[in-house]
Amino acid sequence: MLKYVIQRLLFTVVVIFGVSILVFVITHLIGDPVKAMLPLQATDAQRAQLAHQLGLDKPIWQQLTEFLGNMIRLDFGVSWWQQVSCLSIVLSKIPTTLVLVGVSFIIAIIIAFPMGIIAAYKPDSLLDRILTTASLIGICLPSFWVALMLVLFFAVKLGWFYTSGYGTIRHLVLPAVTLAVVPAGHIAQIVRFSMAEQLNAQYAVTARAKGVKESVVLVKHVLKNIMTAVLTIGGMDLAMYLAGEAAAVEVVFGWPGFGSLVVDTISRQDFPLLQAEIFVVAVIICLINLIVDMLYAYFDPRITY
Amino acid sequence: MSETSLQDLKPIPSPGRQIYKPKGIIRFFARFKYNKIALVALIILFVIFAISIFAPYLAPYDPAKGVLTERLRPPTLERPAGGGFPHIFGTDQQGRDVLSRIMYGGRVSLTVAFTVVGICFIFGTVLGLISGYFGGWVDMILMRVVDVVSSFPGLLVALAFVMVLGPSERNLIIALTVNGWMIHARMARSQVLTLRESAMVESARAIGLSVPGIVFGHILPNIISPLITVFVLDLGHQIAAEANMSFLGFGIQPPKSSWGLMIGEGRQYIASAWWLVTFPGIMIGLTLLCLNLFGNWVREEFDPLSRKQ
Repeated sequence: MLKYVIQRLLFTVVVIFGVSILVFVITHLIGDPVKAMLPLQATDAQRAQLAHQLGLDKPIWQQLTEFLGNMIRLDFGVSWWQQVSCLSIVLSKIPTTLVLVGVSFIIAIIIAFPMGIIAAYKPDSLLDRILTTASLIGICLPSFWVALMLVLFFAVKLGWFYTSGYGTIRHLVLPAVTLAVVPAGHIAQIVRFSMAEQLNAQYAVTARAKGVKESVVLVKHVLKNIMTAVLTIGGMDLAMYLAGEAAAVEVVFGWPGFGSLVVDTISRQDFPLLQAEIFVVAVIICLINLIVDMLYAYFDPRITY
Repeated sequence: MSETSLQDLKPIPSPGRQIYKPKGIIRFFARFKYNKIALVALIILFVIFAISIFAPYLAPYDPAKGVLTERLRPPTLERPAGGGFPHIFGTDQQGRDVLSRIMYGGRVSLTVAFTVVGICFIFGTVLGLISGYFGGWVDMILMRVVDVVSSFPGLLVALAFVMVLGPSERNLIIALTVNGWMIHARMARSQVLTLRESAMVESARAIGLSVPGIVFGHILPNIISPLITVFVLDLGHQIAAEANMSFLGFGIQPPKSSWGLMIGEGRQYIASAWWLVTFPGIMIGLTLLCLNLFGNWVREEFDPLSRKQ
C-alpha cells in the first residue's frame, strides 16, 4: 500500500515537471510576453527594460532552471496582472470552485443513482429506454449551452434565480444544476449498465435464495460491487471540472472561481499565473486519482496495492 | 457444405445463407436490423455532414453579410420585407441569417473536429502499433509518455497554446491535437497485444514478411473496428472541445463562425433574442448524440465480446 502511494506520488512529480516544462518552453520559445504586455508604439528601450525586469533577457535554459528551482519551493513569482503572489491568487479561487463543483456532484448523485437503478431493474422496458436516452442526451449537451438555457427560463423568464453573481443560494442553484448534468448522465449510464450485469450475478441470486430482502441485496451487495466503476467515471468528471473544464459555466454565471480565473489569465497573457494554475491543477488531479484508487480497495477487497 | 464430394459442384441453395450474404452497402445496412436508432443517428449525421459540406449551395443567405434593417428578427415563416427565403431561425445582431450561419458554422466545427481526430488517429495509431508490436523498452518509454501526457490538465494546456500562438483556427487545431492523440495510441496498442502472438502474425513472420508489411498489412486490418469506434466517439469529444474553446473566445475568430462561437456571440442578447444561442446549441447536442449512438453501435456490432445476446 505504502509502496503504491509512493509510486503514485513519484509519478505525480513527473507529471508536474513534464507539464510545467512543456508550458514553460512553449510560452517562452514561441510567445513573446513583452510584446503582449506593452502597447504597440513602445520603443525598443522600453521593451528591453521590461524584458530585463521580468528576467526574460537571460538565456532560456537559465530561465528554465531558475523557474524549476523556484517551483520546488512553491514560488511562482508575482502575477504580472495583479502584482500579487501567483500561488495565493490560485489558492484563493479554489474553495469557490470546490463549493460549486461539490454541490453539483451531490445533485448529480441524487439524480443519477435512482435513474440508473430504476432502469436496470426494468431492462429494455420503455422506462429504461427513456431514462437511458435522457442520460445520453445529458452527456451530449454542451454545458455552457445548458447554462444559457437555464438562465433563459429560470432567471430571465421566471425570475426565480439570479442570472449571475456569487454569495447566496439563489446564485448557486443554476450553475450547480448545470454542472450536475454531465456527471449525472455519466453516473446514470454506468449504474444502469453495470447493475444489469450484477443483478443476476451468482452472488445476488444466492443472496435472494437465502431470503435476503431485495433492498438489502441492492444496497449491500450489488451497489457495493458497481461502486468501482462509478468511482472511475465520477473521479474523471470531478478532476475535469476542477481542471478548469467548468470555466465556460463559471463565465456564464459570473462565478468568481478557478475557471473564471483561467479565462482571465489567458486573456491577459499572465505567464507566471498560468504556470501556478497548471501546477495546482496537476496536484489536484493526481490527488483525486489517488483517493479514487484508495476507495477502490475499500469497495473491492480483492484489490490490494 | 464442406462434406460434399468434389464431383458435386452444384451450389446447394440454402435459404439462411442468402439473407446474410448481401454485399457491400446493403450488407452494411442489414447490420442495423436490431438497432434502428443507430440507423436514424447515422442518417442524421449524413444530413448534417452534407449540409455542412454543401453550405455554399444550400445556404439561403451570405453568412457574413447582414441587413441592418433586419436585425434581431425572431424566427418566422414569413418572407422578409426585401423578399427572399424566410429567416426560419431568425437573424442576429447584425441582421445576418442564423440558419445560414449555422450551415457555415457546421462546416468550421466539423472541419476542425475531423482534422484534429484525423491527425490524432494517424499519429496515435502508428505509435500504438509500434509500441504494441515491438514491446520491450520501446513500449515502456512510449507508454510512459502517453501516461504523463494523459495526466495533463487538457483544457489548460490547450489554452496555454492558444495564449502563446494567438487564437485562430490553425492554433486551435494544434492545441486540441496535442491533447487528443493518446487515446488512439492506447487503443491501438491494446489491440495489437491481443494479436501479436497469434498464429496469423507468426505465419506472416515465418514467410518472411517485413515488419511494416505485418503491422499495416495484417495486424491493422484486423484491429480496425475498435479503432473506428474510438475515432467516431473522439469526433464528438473534439466537436465539444472546439465549441468550448470558441465559446470562451479562444477558438475560431470572427468573421468566421462555428457553433460554439455563435453561442458565445449570442450570449449577451440572451434576454431579448433566445434564438441566437438556442439553435447552434441544439446542433452541437444533436451531432454529439448521433455520434455517440452510432459509435456505441459500431462498438457493439463489431466487438463480439461486448455484443449482447
